[in-house]
Amino acid sequence: MNVVDNKWIGQRTIRPDGVDKVTGRAAFAADTTMPGMIWGKVLRSPHPHARIKSIDTAKAEALPGVKAVVTARDVVDFTIPKGAVMLGIQDMRWMCRNVLAREKALFPGHPIAAVAATTEAIAAEACKLIEVDYEVLPWAIEIDDALKADAPVLHEWHKFDGKPSNIMARIEVKKGDIAQGFKDAEVVIERSFTTRPVHQGYIEPHACLISVAADGKTTIWSSSQGQFMVRAMTSMLTGIPQSDIRAIPAEIGGGFGGKTIVYLEPLATLLAKKSGRPVKMVMTREEVMRATGPTSGSKSTVKIGARKDGTIVAAHGSFYLQAGAFPGSPIRGAVGCSFAPYDIPHVLSEGFDVCSNRSKVAAYRAPGAPIGAYAVECVLDELAEALKMDPLELRLKNAAKQGTKAAHGPVFPRIGYIETLEAAKTHPHYSAPLGKLQGRGVASGFWFNAGGESSAQLNITEDGNVVVTTGHPDIGGSRAGIANICAELLGIDYKRISVIIGDTQTIGFSNLTGGSRVLFASAMVVTQAADKVISTLRERAAKIWDIDPDAVKWENGAAHPASPNAGQFEPLTLADLAEKAPSQGGPIGASVQLNTQGAEGGFGTHICDVEVDADLGIVRVIRYTAVQDVGRAVHPSYVEGQLQGGVAQGIGWALNEEYIYNKDGKVDNPGFLDYRMPVCSDLPMLDTVLVEVPNPKHPQGIKGVGEVPLVPVMAAVANAVHNALGRRFYSLPMSPPKVSAELDAPVQLAAE
Amino acid sequence: MAKLHVTTSVNGEPVEFLCEPYETMLDALRGQLGLTGSKEGCSSGDCGACSITLDDRLVCSCLMLAAEAEGHEIGTIEGMASGETLHPLQQKFLEHAALQCGICTSGMLVASAALLKKSPDPSEEEVRFWLAGNLCRCTGYDKIVRAVMETAAEMRQGIQEAAQ
Repeated sequence: MNVVDNKWIGQRTIRPDGVDKVTGRAAFAADTTMPGMIWGKVLRSPHPHARIKSIDTAKAEALPGVKAVVTARDVVDFTIPKGAVMLGIQDMRWMCRNVLAREKALFPGHPIAAVAATTEAIAAEACKLIEVDYEVLPWAIEIDDALKADAPVLHEWHKFDGKPSNIMARIEVKKGDIAQGFKDAEVVIERSFTTRPVHQGYIEPHACLISVAADGKTTIWSSSQGQFMVRAMTSMLTGIPQSDIRAIPAEIGGGFGGKTIVYLEPLATLLAKKSGRPVKMVMTREEVMRATGPTSGSKSTVKIGARKDGTIVAAHGSFYLQAGAFPGSPIRGAVGCSFAPYDIPHVLSEGFDVCSNRSKVAAYRAPGAPIGAYAVECVLDELAEALKMDPLELRLKNAAKQGTKAAHGPVFPRIGYIETLEAAKTHPHYSAPLGKLQGRGVASGFWFNAGGESSAQLNITEDGNVVVTTGHPDIGGSRAGIANICAELLGIDYKRISVIIGDTQTIGFSNLTGGSRVLFASAMVVTQAADKVISTLRERAAKIWDIDPDAVKWENGAAHPASPNAGQFEPLTLADLAEKAPSQGGPIGASVQLNTQGAEGGFGTHICDVEVDADLGIVRVIRYTAVQDVGRAVHPSYVEGQLQGGVAQGIGWALNEEYIYNKDGKVDNPGFLDYRMPVCSDLPMLDTVLVEVPNPKHPQGIKGVGEVPLVPVMAAVANAVHNALGRRFYSLPMSPPKVSAELDAPVQLAAE
Repeated sequence: MAKLHVTTSVNGEPVEFLCEPYETMLDALRGQLGLTGSKEGCSSGDCGACSITLDDRLVCSCLMLAAEAEGHEIGTIEGMASGETLHPLQQKFLEHAALQCGICTSGMLVASAALLKKSPDPSEEEVRFWLAGNLCRCTGYDKIVRAVMETAAEMRQGIQEAAQ
């Protein structure tokens, strides 16, 4: 491990893209124009569920200023009988139907057609002139409605248990025999929970600007969590080969998983191709809320059995997750992560993927895991209460550690879960006094973390500085981490390193910014590229000095003669060697492409204090501490930022965020005023404790950190509310109306 | 309908433009004036990403008509630094990592600068309520609040030292 005497790894350097972002210069998706550019708009379904009998675009096409109209007929059809065509975790049969409705409209907001015109106003006007003949069908929004025997079925071709059903899939993970396990239990707690779908809530709406030349050469400017995903999906949906599509990653204004699929890019590409003009499309906030994201709502039942000494002997979870209009809810995260922090001999964890008439879910920070952890960690709180044990002690007694076989398969290597529990237990927060109507809760969480494909190109400039290019959009400061690592490896000031995100035609394939994988994977490819460059630099110095390359060492940004030639020659710096490069073998650089392995899961433990306003039903978080095993904090500020951001999102999910549907099956709160994300005055400072147990499978010890911080939050808040009020809430959000109703209930009973 | 002719000042420079009567200040800034530092997150005044100043008053430019700029002084994020010298808030946001994706940052900085002009010694609560109209989904606000408080302290110190 090369982390003992780090000069740059662990420093709070200024991020490479920082000045652009504090001066307004950074170019996000909606910030660019092209000569001759026109505007695209989407016509969306007003119905939750309707068969599309016909679409007549003639009047729209005749409107002056309209340059192109597209419908599902223009999109490549991945037919259902031909079976799944997967791109990552997305089935293109659903993607092609999500970008433009084909047989049926499946949610209000489902795109029906798209128009490009010389102004936004004309495009919007043209959308109104498109005549769609709908056969309106009965619909189901909530899980229980979608599961009823007589529920309207979204995908009639699909059968579950031999019958048409909205249950699209069932998965399970299993260890031991729960029947046997529960026989051994002396205390058993079983509870059911519900959570609401919540939106990722990125502040930047989806946007793109696309040009298609007469020869089909396509340039896409958009913000996403993966320019290669944008290229591949656009190619598959339009038939343009990937080699003709240059997808340029704009700065991305938040994603949290929600920008891992395309919405606008295929439409704008088709409109640009038809019209011969560059097409810009920008969603309104209302479109974002109606037709993108969210993550699943859920209903879960969790049963945990333990011996009186606190040893957990059996656990059973069943998790029903809303997928929205098309299959693909994150059941794997709920099923696999929920019990992973614990060493339990008998586990059965089942997940059900349920379609209903709401927008197709998209990934959201540790997809599925926070839903599972909410149920499990609340049951553990009740178990601790029943056993009269401290909740952290109960977790410590059952904590997974090196050698524990998780129910979802892997045997854990050295992990830092116990360290997070111990750090939480000894943190001053855990023993601080509480006031009236205040309470404290704890909860833990696990997320898989991902590795996968990444590429890096590291070039030494002619003046002896460094340009390093990778292929992952930087959402939260990953360029700062890459700069620190590069500076460390090359032994030069981080300011001499320019960190660039390449487009699809200038850097090798790099998978999504997702799964907490970016710095883990980038660091691996950048490390190998730096090693190659250093090796070249040593060879060049050896040649100049006419000694063996093995007798040259690279230190502090320069080649030094080592024994037996130590001290014989003046060191050659990066600038010296760059200057001499033309006569000594040419340009210096290296490129590396890997399918990275060894991304180990991450664990966190959170402590939350709340105060309940009994008159208004408002729950306020008054103190919060997030402890996490982060592997190695390459740039501590941005690691802390990941923890703080995840916690804030979890507090929103726990206390306020939810879609409110009206009687027509439409979202009634598609904006930031009524969809209530935490604002600055809602939150206290969010303390973090970074536990560093290095990942043994990574050159710098890096683990993913971005997603774990959302996993424990809702349970930590719920357990704190219970501690404050002595009552438990089994459904989220614990919003003022719900809390007020609960607080008023016994009073009303008494009055009766 | 004919376009309206507007004569105004943006970041201290005289500016003239034509706009539709229904056009927002944000559209004018981002469109024909080419100042895309102000962002559109909601177009309903709920996210604050489009924050600008109108004669030193903090406003959401998505809620202001472009025609209303006539005769007034507009300040945007692009006018915050002087040449290569960043405003102390900009510098402190960088040092504190008070931004992640950066989409809210322009609005946060414009709003924070407006606060410090009005209230050079704000309490944490004051900062939090002043910035309650500026949504950030990435940071949980912790580092933003710290950056604003620390900048305020340093700016007060700077004024004191200048006076001595």
